[in-house]
Amino acid sequence: MSSETTEVHHEEHGEHGGMDKKAIFKIAGYLSLITAVEFIIALWAVPNEHIPMHWANPIYIVLTLFKAFLIVAYFMHLKFEKVGLMLAIIVPILFIIGLILVLTNESHYWVPFIR
Amino acid sequence: MSAQVSPIDEVKTTPWAGGTSPFKAEYGKIMMWFFLLSDAFTFSSLLISYGALRFSADSWPAADLIFQSVPGTSISHGAPLVFVGIMTFILILSSVTMVLAVEAGHRMARKEVTWWMLATVLGGFAFLGCQALEWSHLHHEGFWWGSIPKELGEYFHKGAHESTTYTQQFANLFFTITGFHGFHVFSGVIINIIITVNVLLGTYEKRGSYLMVEKVGLYWHFVDLVWVFVFTFFYLV
Repeated sequence: MSSETTEVHHEEHGEHGGMDKKAIFKIAGYLSLITAVEFIIALWAVPNEHIPMHWANPIYIVLTLFKAFLIVAYFMHLKFEKVGLMLAIIVPILFIIGLILVLTNESHYWVPFIR
Repeated sequence: MSAQVSPIDEVKTTPWAGGTSPFKAEYGKIMMWFFLLSDAFTFSSLLISYGALRFSADSWPAADLIFQSVPGTSISHGAPLVFVGIMTFILILSSVTMVLAVEAGHRMARKEVTWWMLATVLGGFAFLGCQALEWSHLHHEGFWWGSIPKELGEYFHKGAHESTTYTQQFANLFFTITGFHGFHVFSGVIINIIITVNVLLGTYEKRGSYLMVEKVGLYWHFVDLVWVFVFTFFYLV
């Protein structure tokens, strides 16, 4: 039996790919841009009735989730980690989604009691 | 024959059989991720409670009316969300300087790491200062845990139900959630200072890696991440 075949294959430390200074400033630019768009919606589009309030809220939430994705994937580097670590962090977030679904539904039944 | 190897004695080579690191990340970094995951649960509980109470309310104090002053200047009306905008950009910028420190650490550029860490600490202090101004301004208006101003007219849009119950809920949730976040920022600043001192002392130079900067960076980005949600749900929605 040759020992070479059972030798653990060491991959080189090529994992911090894709985050040089240029990439960092690009992501920072996106984050600032999205925040600026949120402000334009809140301070100009909604007061001047270009966008109704019930449209603005889902837009804010989508933009916020996109910002969260950019921070976690690029600044926190999760996009460049092993799939196992990625899943270990992302899958438990399903519990949070579950709590959101439960409580937004439940809270409708509180209305007559809180008043 | 003794040449036969039982399956249990074979050398394990698959990622989950031991011998290799399946996550290809250092222990402390993995633990930081799991700590942040648990912290994400805590913040989610707080924010989802806020959402649930707000969903069950028929009116809510309007953010653009409550947050329309720039504390520390003479502008006390008519500048909605300007101050929180400044705070948000400060925190995003300090996140950028943090990631630049991590990048410099990969290149073992000690001087650059020091400067970017100092910038991050400065950003953290600036954010905390802004939050202190914001809190004391709201406290001056009469908002606090368990207390709200007597006159509520200026905090609700015309025609909305001026509810003392919902205003009190808003005040309690605002101070609890931004307070918990501010406490995280404060801890982050302290940790960043410790790391900066270590960088200056050459601890990581001797160790041969700036991985510690990366781990603290994860925490700092998480604090920024939470603020992204606090900002959206308290100031925009």
